[in-house]
Amino acid sequence: MSEQAQTLRAPAVRTGRKKNFSRGKGTLLHFVAAALLPAVILIVWQWYGATGRVNPLLLPSPLAIAKAFGRLIASGELPMQLGFSLGRASLGILYGAVVALILGAAVGFSRKIERVLDPLMQILRLTPSLATAPLIILWFGFGETSKIVIIAFGSFFPLYMGVIQSIRNVDKKLFEVTQVLEFGRGKQLARLILPASLPGILSGLRLCIAYGWLALVVAELLGSQTGIGFLMSQAQTNSQPETVFVGVIVFAVMGKLIDSFVAAIERRLLRWRDNYTG
Amino acid sequence: MGATLLEIRELSKSFQTDSKTVQALRQIELDVKAGEFVTVIGPSGCGKSTLLRIVAGLDTGYQGSVTLDGQSIAGPGIDKGFIFQEPRLFPWLTVEKNIAADLSLRSPEVKRRVGELIELVRLNGFEKAYPKELSGGMAQRVSIARALLRNPKILLLDEPFGALDAFTRAHMQEVLLDIWKRNGTTMIFVTHDIDEAVFLGSRIVILKPRPGEIRAKINVDLPYPRKKASAAFQNFRYEVLSEFEKIDELSWGESGAGI
Repeated sequence: MSEQAQTLRAPAVRTGRKKNFSRGKGTLLHFVAAALLPAVILIVWQWYGATGRVNPLLLPSPLAIAKAFGRLIASGELPMQLGFSLGRASLGILYGAVVALILGAAVGFSRKIERVLDPLMQILRLTPSLATAPLIILWFGFGETSKIVIIAFGSFFPLYMGVIQSIRNVDKKLFEVTQVLEFGRGKQLARLILPASLPGILSGLRLCIAYGWLALVVAELLGSQTGIGFLMSQAQTNSQPETVFVGVIVFAVMGKLIDSFVAAIERRLLRWRDNYTG
Repeated sequence: MGATLLEIRELSKSFQTDSKTVQALRQIELDVKAGEFVTVIGPSGCGKSTLLRIVAGLDTGYQGSVTLDGQSIAGPGIDKGFIFQEPRLFPWLTVEKNIAADLSLRSPEVKRRVGELIELVRLNGFEKAYPKELSGGMAQRVSIARALLRNPKILLLDEPFGALDAFTRAHMQEVLLDIWKRNGTTMIFVTHDIDEAVFLGSRIVILKPRPGEIRAKINVDLPYPRKKASAAFQNFRYEVLSEFEKIDELSWGESGAGI
């Protein structure tokens, strides 16, 4: 048996090292492959813009956008507005996520609560946030409250659905094990239900943040005095298309960065998973 | 071997499936003494798993009586250790935490006992491994250790080695006999493998299907460790086989009448 143990452990160490090596090389290749198409588009875009055949008010050149980006950072305008946006998004997503966790857990655990609560939730879920945003502004005014409500509302549903589904999907066979081992209610929650639903909850959380970020754009474009969205709508009225582009890029890059960050946490917490990883 | 630990009297169970009633078990009578190793063998559909699940308290709604230590079985619990066909480990817990399960390894007593059991099921060096890093046989040994930590009065094993290859299976049988010899845990082991039933059991219970009834009980008075190639072993094998042939004749007769 000790022999078996050794033969089983030795290759695990070796593959681990090999994997790290190939991963380092792989990320570089991956980056080059991913950057290829955008680079070609940028070059063609810049060249076409330089020929003067396109109105710069409609499509500013990449260099002009880069200049506007530098100017907005140097003046402190962009960092400040980004700060407003991030603070607003965090608060809205936090409210949305907390309510989603509570209501999702309640519905997931209780069929009675599900029957009362879930039908209404399903109707609200399919109502587009662009359609409800004007109503929310009507009720909560143009101030900060309405923005946070819009973001919370937008981020709520993915996590709410994720929590319910992951609680309902806990393996029945493992439930039987907890019965045979006489787990108390608390242990059943801590050692089975929570860890078993963690993958679903985390991917729900990722979607929750992504949707919250989308809702932030809606909230800020529909009349706001601060934030990246405000910067964009102001630039639109003042005919500064470069700044609009900067806003689009900041929204995209920040969204991707936040998502990657949550994905990294997800990987770390779910190391025990034995899935096909590609 | 001591007093009677498990008493099964006139046990019958039927299932309701789409307006049809299927009798899974009929009039089962079985006594298991403390320290005995009973193997239960039968073709699929003979209700052997149902019998085991009733003893475990996992299946209810039967007629007759089942008592463990004089107490009626009220539900599943740690006094009736259960090993499922699959190891059913918690994938997010390491080997030692899986064995401890709801108990905390911070307690020195639990820590010590878990260490002893890891030794007993021969998993030294794998305390911190996750289930995905284990082979099927190793994972099943973790689940055996998990049941043993609770000092069960009886260990119920439902075809625990069915999914393993022949070599691992033979190894696991030896590990199990070693545990039985050292701990004296009473075992009921369900299988559909004749060799396994004869190799492990101090007594073999043969079930016949439709409805599940006890066909024969055979005492295997062979000393351990048993040699599968020995003549005495083969004799018991033939005895079990011939009981199965009688079952075959019976069911042929029944289906023949139906045609």
